[in-house]
Amino acid sequence: MAIKPDTQPITPDTFLSGIWRENPVFVMLLGMCPVLAVTNSVANALAMGLATTFVLLCSNALVSLLRRQIPKEVRIAAYIIIIATFVTVVDYLIHAISLEVYDALGAFIQLIVVNCMILGRAEAFASRNRLSNTLVNSLGMGIGFTIALLCLGSVRELLGAGALLGYPIFGQSFEPWIIMLLPPGGFFVLAAWLLLFAWLKESQQRRKQAAAAAPQNGGKLGGASIHAR
Amino acid sequence: MHADSLGFIFLNAAIINNFVLALFLGICPLLGVSGKLNTAFSMGLATSLVMLISSVSAWLINEILTHFELEFLRLIAYIAVIASAVQLVEMSLKKFSPALYRALGIFLPLITTNCAILGVALFQTNYEYSFVQSLFYSLGAGTGFIIAIVLMAGLREKLDLADVPSIARGAAMSLMLAGILSLAFMGFAGLGG
Repeated sequence: MAIKPDTQPITPDTFLSGIWRENPVFVMLLGMCPVLAVTNSVANALAMGLATTFVLLCSNALVSLLRRQIPKEVRIAAYIIIIATFVTVVDYLIHAISLEVYDALGAFIQLIVVNCMILGRAEAFASRNRLSNTLVNSLGMGIGFTIALLCLGSVRELLGAGALLGYPIFGQSFEPWIIMLLPPGGFFVLAAWLLLFAWLKESQQRRKQAAAAAPQNGGKLGGASIHAR
Repeated sequence: MHADSLGFIFLNAAIINNFVLALFLGICPLLGVSGKLNTAFSMGLATSLVMLISSVSAWLINEILTHFELEFLRLIAYIAVIASAVQLVEMSLKKFSPALYRALGIFLPLITTNCAILGVALFQTNYEYSFVQSLFYSLGAGTGFIIAIVLMAGLREKLDLADVPSIARGAAMSLMLAGILSLAFMGFAGLGG
C-alpha cells in the first residue's frame, strides 16, 4: 500500500486548488450533467452549487472520519451510500425551504448522487487525508464548482433573457437569444468558457517559453515572437 | 399520439426528450468514450442493458417502498440496485467478451455514476409510469443514448482528420459538436404535438 500522506499540513493550495488549478468543471470536466442542465438562470445555478457543496463537505467529512474503518474492497459502495444519505437530506431540506427552487431543479437535486466530482473527491482525497485537510479541500472544490456554475448561469441568463437574477439589464429593445436558455445554449456557453481558459493557458505558456528561450534579450523580443505566431 | 401510449413514451425518451442532448444526462461517457465508433456503440449497448435492468428493478423497489411508506429510502435503494446491475454486466462482459471489456476500461464501472441511468429510474417514478410503460421508457432512453453517442463518435472520427486550432482540440470541440447535435434534435420538439 502506498504511504499515506496523512500528516500533510494544510497549505493555501489545499484550498485554492479546487478553485483554479483543479477546478472540477473547467479543468477536470467532472460533474457535467448538472453544470449544463440547471444553469439557465443565476438563481438555479447558485442553489445547485450550494446544494452540491453541502453534500460534498458532509460526505467527504464522513468518509475521512471513517477512512480506517471502511474496507478497501467495498469502499466505492460505501461512499455512494454515504453520498446518497446526504443527498436525501438536501432533497428534503430544499423541499422544505423553497418549493419554487425545488420545482426548478427537479430531479437534478437527487442526481447529485451521481455527480462524479463528489465520488472522485472521496476516492482521491478524503479517503487519504485528515478531517481538517479534507474539509478545507472540499470547501475549495465546492466553491470552485459553484463559481463555475455561476459563470455559466450568468452568461446564459444575460444572453437568453437579458436579465441577471431576474432583474432586466438590457432594457426593452433587447431581443433575447432564447437558444441560450435551451439545451444547445448550455453546450455552447460551456464550450466558449473552455476555449477561453485554453486560450489563456496557451498564451501564458508561450510567454513563459519565450521568456525562457531569450532571457538576455528582455521581454521585447519575447513579446514580438508571440505576435508573430 | 396520446401522451400515455407506449409508442409515444418510447419516442419521447429516445428522440424528443433525448436523454443526452435535451436533458443533459450522461454527458461524461459522451465526452469520454466517443473517440471510436465501435467502442461508442458497445458502450451504448452496455449502458442500455444496465438501464433496462435497473429500470425494472427500480419499479419493483418503488412498489415495495411505497407499500411500506419508506419513500425516503428510494434514492439509496436505487443507487444500490444500479451498482449491482453494473457489477453484473461487468462480470458477464469479462467472461463473454474480454476484448470489449478491455476496450471500455474504466468507463464500465463508471456506468454506475452515469446520471442517465439513475435519471431513468427517478423520472419513471416521478411520472408514475406503470410497469410496461417503464419498460418502454427505459428502452427508449437506451436507444436515445446509443443514437447520441454513435452520432457523436462518427462526427469525432471525421473531425480527427480536420485542421482544428490547438486550443479547441478536445473537450471544447466535443461540446460544440454536442451543441450542434442538440440544436438538430430540437427540431423534433414539435413531434409530440
